[in-house]
Amino acid sequence: MAVVALKNVGKQYPGAAGLAVEDFNLTTHDGEFIVLVGPSGCGKTTTMRMIAGLEEHTQGTIEIGGRDVTGVVPKDRDIAMVFQSYALYPHMSVRDNMAFSLKLKKYARADIKQRVEEAAEVLGITPLLDRKPRALSGGQRQRVALGRAIVRQPQVFLMDEPLSNLDAKLRVDMRAEIIKLHRKLGVTTFYVTHDQTEAMTMGQRIAVMKDGVVQQIDSPNNLYQQPANVFVGGFIGTPAMNFLDAAVENGTATGSGFSLVLDAARRDAAGTRERLHVGIRPEHLHLAGNEADGQSLRGEVEVVEPLGALTMIQVRVGDTKVTAQIEPHQQVAMGDAVALTCAADKLYLFDADSEDTLMGIDSGVADQPAA
Amino acid sequence: MASTTTHDTATARAAARREKARRAPAKWLLAPAVIFLLVWMIVPLAMTGYYSFRNYNLMMPSITGWAGWTNYKILWSDPTFWSALGITLLIVMICLAVTVGLGLALALLFHRNFVGRGVARTLAVAPFFVMPVVTGLIWKNMLFHPAYGLLAWLFRTLGLEPIDWLAQFPLTSIVTMISWEWTPFAMLVLLTGLQSLPEDQLEAVRLDGANKWHEFRHIVIPHLGQVLYVVVMLESIFFLTSFAEIYTTTSGGPGTATTNLPYYIFQGTFVQYDIGVSSAAAIGAVILANIFAIFLIRFVAGNLNAGEAR
Repeated sequence: MAVVALKNVGKQYPGAAGLAVEDFNLTTHDGEFIVLVGPSGCGKTTTMRMIAGLEEHTQGTIEIGGRDVTGVVPKDRDIAMVFQSYALYPHMSVRDNMAFSLKLKKYARADIKQRVEEAAEVLGITPLLDRKPRALSGGQRQRVALGRAIVRQPQVFLMDEPLSNLDAKLRVDMRAEIIKLHRKLGVTTFYVTHDQTEAMTMGQRIAVMKDGVVQQIDSPNNLYQQPANVFVGGFIGTPAMNFLDAAVENGTATGSGFSLVLDAARRDAAGTRERLHVGIRPEHLHLAGNEADGQSLRGEVEVVEPLGALTMIQVRVGDTKVTAQIEPHQQVAMGDAVALTCAADKLYLFDADSEDTLMGIDSGVADQPAA
Repeated sequence: MASTTTHDTATARAAARREKARRAPAKWLLAPAVIFLLVWMIVPLAMTGYYSFRNYNLMMPSITGWAGWTNYKILWSDPTFWSALGITLLIVMICLAVTVGLGLALALLFHRNFVGRGVARTLAVAPFFVMPVVTGLIWKNMLFHPAYGLLAWLFRTLGLEPIDWLAQFPLTSIVTMISWEWTPFAMLVLLTGLQSLPEDQLEAVRLDGANKWHEFRHIVIPHLGQVLYVVVMLESIFFLTSFAEIYTTTSGGPGTATTNLPYYIFQGTFVQYDIGVSSAAAIGAVILANIFAIFLIRFVAGNLNAGEAR
């Protein structure tokens, strides 16, 4: 268990034009679960590999437990990593896979046996201990890979998209198990994923990255309610946030097919700007009834996706496709002309040029304590 | 419960029948290959077996008819046959050790990145594309020759007495030539083996606290295990039949110092014209080759099964 501190960490690959990771700053709490998330190629895996020591960072410093690990080889960093492909040793039994690092460290045989069996017990793989990895299912291999990491009792866990090779149902199960495991062991964990659902459900804090640059590091709720910019707003939440280009006039944001009245707080945030990006999450859009609150988006329904518990519709508002989440009993057909509405305090406002957030929302959900 | 069981077995039986019917044409499609094998391999083998029990010496055409075990008895009491057998095994063992050892070292070297690796790799593989006869001639005339050879020149330059390699160290010379030719093969196969080693396994083992030796011992060697086995088996079979290198250089000599089993059979047939005894020796060689082949086939088959289970 340890605090990991990344200070102005950057990575320049030899021969590459730009930086793969730029100016990464993050200090974890002891035992925190940090998720690095972003689209592929955003530098999240590179960042993790730099913490592991599999890649050298070329700028800044990385500290693990207060010790600067620059130039320290991976095996001396007291970390354990779970690989996307699991990277189990195919010729060794599950037991030997898990015991291998302890054997290399010359632990006593009884000690190794005890640790391996404890870890196997925790993960529920005791009956598999004498099998070879190829005789295991994907989920079982995943557990073995986790087991191999936890027997070492490292200061830091690194997990590189550990669930991406599992089928959807198993992924949800393992997600819960990893969270339970983390709560039980309390080891500082870095978790890389491209799946924002995984990030939101698992992370105590989430670092959203894009093109090697951290966009925002915050709790899941804050990311949802107060995204730092258009990218984070669009990346966090499924279906993704709708963005509308709007002109502001007399406290009303208008564009082709829509007109949205800004409340006092949003008028202040918008200031003297004449153009804005307005963000609206699908779950905040409703089919308009008779209420005349001034908020309206009009368009033709292009797609209807009934999901059972709710229905997603895509509406063409002007030139923009807008996704809205409606109740399944609301009968809407393709080609219908509909009017959507959204509460004034659910509008996200972004600067039209910098794409930075001017105003988020406050859903009243208390923020999780950060540790 | 009982009824479902019978029902199940009935369905299973029907499925098996369908499977059999489905496979029937496959048997016919296999026929050409089987017939080819028969004509190409079984017939010559049967003829060799037949001659090994006949009195058949071209120098004594008047003596014919069945020989019984006589040919085998002659062979059994011929010290040259036993020395040929020993030399054959010696060549196989030493060449295996040298080619696999050197091949592995070179494979590890060429697996690393360095400037000019492509050219270096091609050059390193080149000996494998030289025909065995040419190999023999190159070594005999350009390298080993006590007067014109490169080695003789090197020795003289250093102020040493040149060595007549083929006369003084005949077996060493033969082993050197064969190893020179086959090390690239071992290297090539082992290199492809190395390239199929997943990088993340090496990373995992590095994080687990392994040093270079552990990496090699616990990850690289087990990964190469199957490939190594194939190299050893294939090379054994090729080394068992080494002939051209011996024929073009030492002609089995001096004396019988480099007479291996293939060369012994050749001499029996085309120098002594005793086809009966040579056939018996050939049957001996077939048995020896089969001992190796059984291991090979069993291993390959085992691997195929393991591959299916994966």
